[in-house]
Amino acid sequence: MEELKKAVEVEKEDLRRRQRSKKFKQILTISSPLFMLVIWEFLSQTAIIDPRFFPPPTTILQTLFSMSASGELFEHVRISLIRILFGFLLGVIPAITLGLIMGMYSSVRHFFSPLIMALMPIPTLAMLPIILIIFGIGEFSKMVTIAASVFFPVVINTVAGVMNIDKVYSDVAKNYGANPKDFFMKIALPGAMPVMMEGIQMGQAIALLTIVAAEMIGANSGIGYVIWMNYKAFLIAEMFVGLILISFFGYLFSLLLRGLQSKLIPWK
Amino acid sequence: MPNQEKIRVNQLTKVFLKHKERVMALEDINLSIKDGEFICILGPSGCGKTTLLRILAGLEKSSSGEHQINNSGTDRPLQSMVFQEQGVIPWMTVEENVSLGLRMRHAPKKLINERTKTYLRKVGLTPYAKLYPKELSGGMKQRVSIARAFANDPEILLMDEPFAALDEQNKFILQEELLSIWEETKKTVIFITHSIDEAILLSDRIFLMSSQPGTIKEEVKIDLPRPRQMTQVRSDPNTAEIFLKIWKHLQTEVQESRTKNER
Repeated sequence: MEELKKAVEVEKEDLRRRQRSKKFKQILTISSPLFMLVIWEFLSQTAIIDPRFFPPPTTILQTLFSMSASGELFEHVRISLIRILFGFLLGVIPAITLGLIMGMYSSVRHFFSPLIMALMPIPTLAMLPIILIIFGIGEFSKMVTIAASVFFPVVINTVAGVMNIDKVYSDVAKNYGANPKDFFMKIALPGAMPVMMEGIQMGQAIALLTIVAAEMIGANSGIGYVIWMNYKAFLIAEMFVGLILISFFGYLFSLLLRGLQSKLIPWK
Repeated sequence: MPNQEKIRVNQLTKVFLKHKERVMALEDINLSIKDGEFICILGPSGCGKTTLLRILAGLEKSSSGEHQINNSGTDRPLQSMVFQEQGVIPWMTVEENVSLGLRMRHAPKKLINERTKTYLRKVGLTPYAKLYPKELSGGMKQRVSIARAFANDPEILLMDEPFAALDEQNKFILQEELLSIWEETKKTVIFITHSIDEAILLSDRIFLMSSQPGTIKEEVKIDLPRPRQMTQVRSDPNTAEIFLKIWKHLQTEVQESRTKNER
């Protein structure tokens, strides 16, 4: 009896220790951005770094509130988000479709691979002039720009995802009489999903990079425009508001995608 | 119908080409298997037994010769295969795996549900129907594989060392479960194994294969009464004799292939 009690006590202590270390790690994760902000605030307030270029975070936050009050900021955010959303879908849907077909049929793969390999290294922004010539200066050309930048990581990862599917599963499908459509929907698509989702995560990050840069070059609205115009007017705090918004949405999107991932891949 | 020929293999040969080198995997295989027979094919590893099964399963083509599976005149699929481990598809639940063949054939919903339920119950997996395979043990996964093949109700069943990766206890349990389901359905089965005990327990006839090129060297008839149980098969003095006979055959085969390779 004594022995058992002792054993339970030891296990309990061990559990408590593990919980403590888990909590400590959580605190570490939250503390690093806070720590940076505090240092920044201190250095800027004491003018060790030039507050004209690096206004203290509290000032940036105040600027964020005053800019939101007018409602104009929301309009820019809304426009950027719409561009990202539709541009993202415009890139991801064809990329998944083509990627699955390329993964399933080696002849299609051999035909399209060189095209993709040759087009991929060209930065989408370098293609912006051509996109503007073809699609005009409206909203659609911005969506096309995002779509083009999202397309490549997604298509490449989808092909890799299909080719990664263990051969035994396609043997099983074949042996149990799957037709091409069933094979596509029940084997290729779900089997490729884990690697494909990694490509989509990457695409999401690239979409954000692209839209901001595109809005800095050729737009008169959106978050990128806010950053660029305020920089030109030397309204540095206002410029930082734009940067913070991007960081916020980038983080939000990757959280959303991670949530979607666990919904779509419950079997991993 | 019993005693009618179900599977016929005629002068079947398979050659693989590897870097200009010819590997004779199967040479002049001739088989005639009756309806409802349980056949084990036993041979040293690398003797081409899996290749033979894959040809019958339609996953590979023979180089020459022919094979035929006789249809009983219904719309049943000709054959279903139980794969070595890992044949359970990880992104489908237990239930979806078991109903795979029926779903791929677009069978009526009612039939799919009934059959799936029946075979889930037979292999004792009803409580696990909605789980994904990652949550199952190796033995449970193989039960899914077996239920999937039986639920598809094919003319013949092909099994490729389905229990090879299991531990002894699990293996015994699954062998007896397989026998009891088989006795209910009386399907024709070709079962590949390298375990002599397993072959003696399960089969009506055992075909012994030689190593490269794979040919059928000998046929051993197992006349033990059914239903069989491991304990009873083990205690039967005749089986010891059969065991030794097969053992000797395998040993000479392994040695021969060794000396061949050394040459």
